[in-house]
Amino acid sequence: MIKKTTLLATAAAVTLGGFTTIASAETLRWARAGDSLTLDPHSQNEGPTHALSQQIYEPLISPDMEAKPIPALATEWSVSPDNPNVWVFKLREGVKFHEGQDFTAEDVVFSINRAKQESSDMKELLVSITDVRAVDDFTVEMETEGPNPILPNNLTNLFMMDKGWSEENDVVVPAEFDTSEETYAVRNANGTGPFKLISREPDVRTVLQRNDDYWGIGTFPMEITEIVYTPIQNAATRVAALLSGEVDMIQDVPVQDLQRVADADGLKVQNAPQNRTIFFGLNSGDDDLENDNVDGANPFADVRVRRAMNLAIDRDAIQQVVMRGQSAPTNVIIPPFVNGWNEELDAYPAADTEAAMALMQEAGYGDGFEITLHCPNDRYINDEAICQAMVGMMGRIGIQTNLVAQTKANHFPLISGKETDFYLLGWGVPTFDSEYVFNFLVHSTTDDRGSWNAARFANTDVDEMIQSLGSEVDIEKRNETIASIWEVIQEEQVYLPVHNQVLNWGMAEKIGFPVQPEDQPHFKFMTFN
Amino acid sequence: MISFVLRRILQSVIVLLTVGLVAFSLFRFVGDPVENLLGQERTVADIERVRDQLGLNDAFPVQYFNFIKGIVVDGNFGVSFRQGRPVADIIIERAPATLELAFVSGLFAIILGISLGVYTAINREGWISSAIMTLSLVGVSLPTFLIGILLIYVFAVELGWLPSFGRGETVQIGWWSTGFLTASGLKALILPSITLGLYQMTLIMRLVRSEMLEVLRSDYVKFARARGLSQRAIHFRHALKNTLVPVITITGLQLGSIIAFAIITETVFQWPGVGLTFINAIQFVDIPVMATYLMLISVLFVAINLIVDVLYYIVDPRLKSDASSGAN
Repeated sequence: MIKKTTLLATAAAVTLGGFTTIASAETLRWARAGDSLTLDPHSQNEGPTHALSQQIYEPLISPDMEAKPIPALATEWSVSPDNPNVWVFKLREGVKFHEGQDFTAEDVVFSINRAKQESSDMKELLVSITDVRAVDDFTVEMETEGPNPILPNNLTNLFMMDKGWSEENDVVVPAEFDTSEETYAVRNANGTGPFKLISREPDVRTVLQRNDDYWGIGTFPMEITEIVYTPIQNAATRVAALLSGEVDMIQDVPVQDLQRVADADGLKVQNAPQNRTIFFGLNSGDDDLENDNVDGANPFADVRVRRAMNLAIDRDAIQQVVMRGQSAPTNVIIPPFVNGWNEELDAYPAADTEAAMALMQEAGYGDGFEITLHCPNDRYINDEAICQAMVGMMGRIGIQTNLVAQTKANHFPLISGKETDFYLLGWGVPTFDSEYVFNFLVHSTTDDRGSWNAARFANTDVDEMIQSLGSEVDIEKRNETIASIWEVIQEEQVYLPVHNQVLNWGMAEKIGFPVQPEDQPHFKFMTFN
Repeated sequence: MISFVLRRILQSVIVLLTVGLVAFSLFRFVGDPVENLLGQERTVADIERVRDQLGLNDAFPVQYFNFIKGIVVDGNFGVSFRQGRPVADIIIERAPATLELAFVSGLFAIILGISLGVYTAINREGWISSAIMTLSLVGVSLPTFLIGILLIYVFAVELGWLPSFGRGETVQIGWWSTGFLTASGLKALILPSITLGLYQMTLIMRLVRSEMLEVLRSDYVKFARARGLSQRAIHFRHALKNTLVPVITITGLQLGSIIAFAIITETVFQWPGVGLTFINAIQFVDIPVMATYLMLISVLFVAINLIVDVLYYIVDPRLKSDASSGAN
């Protein structure tokens, strides 16, 4: 009989540098709706999976609690003075993996190549890398196909594994989906991160313990000695667990329970804008639409109709009624942290039904038309309710909208298969640069770009400008191009932006922890008072 | 007898295969697993490659055939899309949680159901009986998730006596993880068991009550009274015994639905059983897990029905003579 009791974390009094003594043993009981899907750091490019991996594994460059890149396993990085296509990374010395192996340049080369395998879900972020090589034990060079000014942004969730450990355990490539076996890396982990894996039962409970040999002790607070992570799917149960003190922190407080948590003794709610914009897409590219009642013409192809719809959206009402104040209305499909954002783009027009009606009449649709709106009901905060509000607002300008709200597994294939003409989508920008948005949502659909452009927007000038961004090293010139692409997008009203989501974390009063815009807690920063 | 059982087993296999076929024909309406498997940076080529790898491009009868072939030829239920682990491992890991929960709530339903049933039958007019009967109506009509949330609110949030989620600490005995051997494991069982067993309890209670009332009106009870037997002996030695025959039949049949309906209770209490695994599988469109779970549940129902049929056959001699005379 093996008893799975919580390991009483031994409170080792570590005396080092800035943060002197860490005397008391602090256990953090953390819950959120979904569990990590796998501990294999390159198998799934997905939020909750990365959030757990960030505690155990480390990337070269890590996002901090404001999602700004800070040095992790790399201490410095710059473009090589000899070759603009090469990035040089200086690695942190003296770092050890949890099982004792030394971290060297060889591990970086191995990990990057592992993440470039076909079965890796991270490979799209690394397509531009043609070669990665170790110059010496603590210097790595990455060569890209043409200059790639934003390569470091793509590495913030790219975790480093030990080469020897991976070979020993036969996990040199991420598992294929049609494998018949479970690979060792799915439930075991050997990283360099601030916490070590003690036990893992997927979907039930994961226990981590502070890594007392972590290089960052003294740099980060590192006050937690033990983390007990339990996914709790049901929103009411999750809130109950926080209210009853069975967990110390939950990551997704439903908007209807915010007040209750905030009012409870010893608890608080913290919020911050999330890196995710919610917007509607319209098929403006096809000659005729499948899902409308207009024969032989596409009403969305007329920019006046698109502008009329944008004017008809009452964003303030959505914010106050549907989101209970928990959203930031916007007129652009990127959140404020992203390079290319500015207040002018963000400023949204007040709802003006009359002006919208006038535009509709001008476009010849004064009597309106019928259209089907596709919407997910389990992906974004109050997604279905937003669509219901949209149906009413469109009705005011004569657009009869039939709402089809369904689960995300049914909704997203309509977008990737380009079968919908009017849909709700939310988009986050992990690279914090507009190019990412352009590549997926604005560039016309080709083999490697425009995979989410169900707006069927196609403009060869814009396509050329987008392609030029990938290798433009002159930052000023690059930003100018970004600005002129946004100008076209706004002018053409390619999308109908609604708002940026707001994240709400509920936690015990004694915890000091800001909300991270990517919904990724980095527990090494957590403090207690 | 043997030919009867063999015939029933053959019929059961046909039922199982049909359930599987219907399940597979429905999976494509649940959604496309590829959307969950690949991140938002995936290309069209990635989608095609993964669909091909997983055989999602095949027609559903082909997918179904491959699934059955995997079971029959390799004894393999496939690998979960969501967790990347063999489905059999996941189910075995999760089964103890569901079975223990079903066992405790079954026990709760039987003990409390029979006691309250007898009490309300004997004391028909008392206000306690009326109160119990009224409350039992509430138990039948409130949906499970609402009862669960109410219990959590009262006993976990307001009173702080019991945990709101999970199984507490478990002890591993071989491959079986049990919550019976720790205090927190036992405490964690209370609320989910009540939630899951409440409906069955009220069902048994009402059944016992009406049977008991029937029996109490019968002649032999009147004669027993005339003989001057004590009330206690009449109620428990004579009346209750005769009440239990139909109760046992119903209870047996309800056992299957306790396990199958554990899905909702498990979701509300984050109870790490097979039901919760199934819900996760639906959301992720994890076809191997969904298929295996549905097949297992139908095996369970088919097996229970088979046993009941065989028991009837043994108990009721008329069935035997029918079979031997070859009459239909």
